[in-house]
Amino acid sequence: MSSHYEAPIREPLILGEKSYHDITVDIAKPIEGKANKNWYIAFYIALAAMLWGFGCIFYTIGTGIGTWGLNKNIGWAWDITNFVWWVGIGHAGTLISAVLLLFRQKWRMAINRSAEAMTIFAVFQAGLFPIIHMGRPWNGYWVLPMPNQFGSLWVNFNSPLLWDVFAISTYLSVSLIFWWTGLLPDFAMIRDRAVKPFQKKIYSLLSFGWSGRAKDWQRFEEVSLVLAGLATPLVLSVHTIVSMDFATSINPGWHSTIFPPYFVAGAIFSGFAMVQTLLGIMRKVTNLENYITRLHIEYMNIVIILTGGIVAVAYATEFFIAWYTASPYENYTYLSVGAATGPYAWAFWSLIFFNILTPQLLWFRKIRRSFIWSFIISIFINIGMWFERFDIIAIVLSKGHLPSTWWRFEPTFVDVGIFIGTIGFFFVLFLLYARTFPVIAQAEVKTILKSSGESYKKLRDGNHE
Amino acid sequence: MSNKVIHAFYTDDDILMDAVKKVRSEQHHIEEVFCPFPVHGLDKALGLAPTRLAITAFMYGCVGLGFAIWMTNYMMIQDWPQDIGGKPNFTWWANMPAFVPILFEMTVFFAAHLMVITFYMRSRIWPFKEAENPDPRTTDDHFLMEIPVHNNEKELTALLKGTGAVEINIVEKHS
Repeated sequence: MSSHYEAPIREPLILGEKSYHDITVDIAKPIEGKANKNWYIAFYIALAAMLWGFGCIFYTIGTGIGTWGLNKNIGWAWDITNFVWWVGIGHAGTLISAVLLLFRQKWRMAINRSAEAMTIFAVFQAGLFPIIHMGRPWNGYWVLPMPNQFGSLWVNFNSPLLWDVFAISTYLSVSLIFWWTGLLPDFAMIRDRAVKPFQKKIYSLLSFGWSGRAKDWQRFEEVSLVLAGLATPLVLSVHTIVSMDFATSINPGWHSTIFPPYFVAGAIFSGFAMVQTLLGIMRKVTNLENYITRLHIEYMNIVIILTGGIVAVAYATEFFIAWYTASPYENYTYLSVGAATGPYAWAFWSLIFFNILTPQLLWFRKIRRSFIWSFIISIFINIGMWFERFDIIAIVLSKGHLPSTWWRFEPTFVDVGIFIGTIGFFFVLFLLYARTFPVIAQAEVKTILKSSGESYKKLRDGNHE
Repeated sequence: MSNKVIHAFYTDDDILMDAVKKVRSEQHHIEEVFCPFPVHGLDKALGLAPTRLAITAFMYGCVGLGFAIWMTNYMMIQDWPQDIGGKPNFTWWANMPAFVPILFEMTVFFAAHLMVITFYMRSRIWPFKEAENPDPRTTDDHFLMEIPVHNNEKELTALLKGTGAVEINIVEKHS
């Protein structure tokens, strides 16, 4: 027991009288049981949204990008907004599993699996947008470094858009193997419990025949650590490169050296908000309240305050610089007096309200530890972060250097439909995941049971007094 | 040689650790230990050599970096030099700053994937592989210690009972 000592001042991460076997049972339950009515309702709503979005995508591909609200001035708007929004959401998963692993944060273990699942599903959605926006998605493979059929013209490695291709595909595939490697022991647990032969077959296949030898575990831990070390700079690089799509251009409002760090902070901010949204629901419907506790919610809220604070300072800097240059072109960047009072004032103030003002409520401990408040604020941040990207893109592009380039963006039903469709697609994937995958890294949670389990902590505290 | 092995089950990681130390101090060879989760320090107690996977990751990363250097140089400097945005294309070195993201991503891509593939190969895990843990409880809450038997069943059983094993079976090992 002494090797599992943890300061008594730390709150328990696993509530109730749990044994190793109880953890197995609790985490296998959502997979082995039947889905309830709420799951089906949520699933069909998500499926309907997804199909609607796919309809809009087919319409776009069949008819052309003219079905969107783009114009000669604003060549990308909702699609790139959604792309950046989804990529940003995709940042929390790897941050939780990689950065928090390096910092030895035990609380990550209850949430890393779902956060990584969210990352992977979000990056799927993000990846859709550049492909659809190509207009001819069947030529999508031209982004790969291969000579095309018109001669040996290669891809342009100087372009931030190509860096994006490399960064996001690397991020997706590295996140996927990180996630899957962590899943192997948990799939093996489900496999060894399965009674139906079909289920046994499927989980045997998914678990890659994991047997849990001492040597396997030694390698497993080393691989997790090295992958975390590799994924940490990777996760920071992805949104840095996304921000370079803007920052390397010479548009006022985009050509900003603070974009990379501030985009990364914003991505973590929005990613944690989405984790908060998803887990707020999931802990209830899967009866995992003893594993995803108030303390987990509070820790995530603390990360949200920190990254939200970085974002707020970045906004203030951008606003100040826009004003301080006294340049008329800078006065219509997305954070400027011009934006705050112009025709996009509603978007500007939405950003300030959802992204800067509401997260400040989390300074109050009561609110930070409240499930319902955390849930509401997380939805607000999701909206706010969407507005951030919309403002950066649409407001900046809506007022060019010449009066003839003053155009506004009006989305069509296709723009909106594709966005709703990706939300539906995301939830379809997540709901299927929640029914078929072990949603908590049970093998890892078992390692902290003795140090951070409530009953063990009580036992130890009793001994000390 | 007989293929008989003894399977001792434990239900607690701390008891298992003490048992491993005890069995090894009595000069018995532990063939294998199956665990439901990583037990800190078990590899040292069993005398397993440290894994070299991290070193392979470093080497794979170097390969990825080398490949990216070759790729960017061949495609953008040698085969079809282009003047894009006035970025110099006479030498790879002068154009290198614009390639840093690509160099970095390829390094990570190679290191991560090849290391994981190496791990899967070394630990013999891949799709359609049959699991080899002798008892399904070892992925739940039981730890299993496997010791080969050389006509010393009684002695071993007594020793293992003393270390807190909850169940001891002598089985014929196939394969």
